[in-house]
Amino acid sequence: MSALVLTLREAPRRTIDASPLLPERLMGLGKRQIAGLPLHTGNCRIALGDLFTIAPGEAETLVLHGATGRLDRVGQGMTRGAIRIEGDAGAYLGHAMRGGQIFVEGSTDLLAGCAMTGGVLRIEGDTGDFLGGALPGERTGMTGGAVLVGGRAGDRAGDAMRRGLILVQGRAGDFAASRMVAGTLVILGRCGADPGFGMKRGSLLLGEEPEHRLATFNDNGRHELPWLRLLASHCAGLGWSGRLPGADGARLRRLSGDLANGGKGEILIAEAPA
Amino acid sequence: VNLNGVLIEDTFAEAFPMRATRLVVTADKAAWARTAALSMTGFATSVIACGCEAGIERELSPDETPDGRPGISVLLFGMSSKDLAKQVQNRVGQCVLTCASTACFSGIEAEESLPLGKALRYFADGFQIAKKLGSKRYWRLPVMDGEFVVEDTTGLVKGIGGGNFLILATSRPAALAAAEAAVVVMREVPGVIMPFPGGIVRSGSKVGSKYKGLIASTNDAYCPTLKGQTETRLGEPVEAVLEIVIDGLWEDAISRATAAGVRAACALGHEGGVVAISAGNYGGKLGPHHFHLHKLLA
Repeated sequence: MSALVLTLREAPRRTIDASPLLPERLMGLGKRQIAGLPLHTGNCRIALGDLFTIAPGEAETLVLHGATGRLDRVGQGMTRGAIRIEGDAGAYLGHAMRGGQIFVEGSTDLLAGCAMTGGVLRIEGDTGDFLGGALPGERTGMTGGAVLVGGRAGDRAGDAMRRGLILVQGRAGDFAASRMVAGTLVILGRCGADPGFGMKRGSLLLGEEPEHRLATFNDNGRHELPWLRLLASHCAGLGWSGRLPGADGARLRRLSGDLANGGKGEILIAEAPA
Repeated sequence: VNLNGVLIEDTFAEAFPMRATRLVVTADKAAWARTAALSMTGFATSVIACGCEAGIERELSPDETPDGRPGISVLLFGMSSKDLAKQVQNRVGQCVLTCASTACFSGIEAEESLPLGKALRYFADGFQIAKKLGSKRYWRLPVMDGEFVVEDTTGLVKGIGGGNFLILATSRPAALAAAEAAVVVMREVPGVIMPFPGGIVRSGSKVGSKYKGLIASTNDAYCPTLKGQTETRLGEPVEAVLEIVIDGLWEDAISRATAAGVRAACALGHEGGVVAISAGNYGGKLGPHHFHLHKLLA
């Protein structure tokens, strides 16, 4: 059976809290029940059917279609199933997601994958600040699962991240892996200034030299690191087909830090091809 | 039953439940993975005095291993989870961690697990790094040639130990030729190891001894030089007997290995000096797994 498709009737003028749009919540509901589900926008309540046209299908896979860029909190707390967004997504995409898969064809706003604990989040386009990071005021960011970004990421990707994998194929902003506790953040494009600010443990793998390096990282020399082969096969298992620096046995520059916070984290930097 | 002129005795091998795990050892070169595996499975012929029974299951090509390097899969069998855990920790710690360029992974998925890197990580003295990738956790231990990567735990399964058969022959060279031929084909069967040196035992044992404190002693009924001196099981032409002991992860694997081994030994035929094939048991009262030779060859 085909997927359940929700198409926005028109571009919303305000952001919509789309957190009720979860496959697990919509499973087993009829078209009328789905149309009657309340959604919030600002201080107003609107029935789902007033915003979306509904093409009934198996809700195990939910497709969101149309001008979806103002849908916030899509997949919030999701545990299973799949959501496919045929367009952009708003902020808090996959917030506190625990399982299942979210695929975004376009770009997203800030805090995608924040506080997520499991599942796979794939963004084909760009994403905003605090990718896989911690909510404002929270001390822990992502603690599991995987986030794959085809485009660029904003500032402070992987902020206070504790476990899991974030892979950004394009560039990233300043302070990547800020306050990182553990886990793995890969940025294949050039990243902005001062990656690893306040980093405690964890690995930040960079495809290029960052714009500026913190003085609180020590150079450990160039090394071949066998665990990158495991990381590469893990990424391949997630459906990513790129080339990971160091997985072919090439040496990487290793920096340890942030020495201002214990210094057990690492930044691995691929060397420019000669 | 006769196979190529060789008598297959109407008897059975009696085997026992054991606890088992499979480890995958990889290295930069296949030869170093083998060196580590040989070292780790050394002095692991019998649980009577070695703590565990271990052996190489097979070589793995780079596309079969977690890190894409050449590898070896090793099976280890112990009498209890606790015994096996200790042996895994000691053997991997002393023989794989120490071996140049290696890494060590779990080779079997199971509900239960044994500590692997979880126990060895302390060697890194606080410099160890955990990496959780998907559902698997690995440890990176800084060592002098870089980093030793080891999986956190390895799967713990129920295995079977003590499958066996005996080759009765007219001379020692004939018995050895038949046993060698058997081991070659048995090594092709997945899920089994033949833990004794070269896969072959020449000192088969019986339970008990005339001496206090010895739990096993020579199987005098099968010692050719004791014919006439003890209640022998050997006929006139038999001058040498060799045994092949098989530990396996599944009953079916032991059955297949036994059948393949017996057929290969019998291929040398009566002209090759092979007189009969038998098997060791304790009357069927001790071990729950019985491998009847006639049934296996049917």
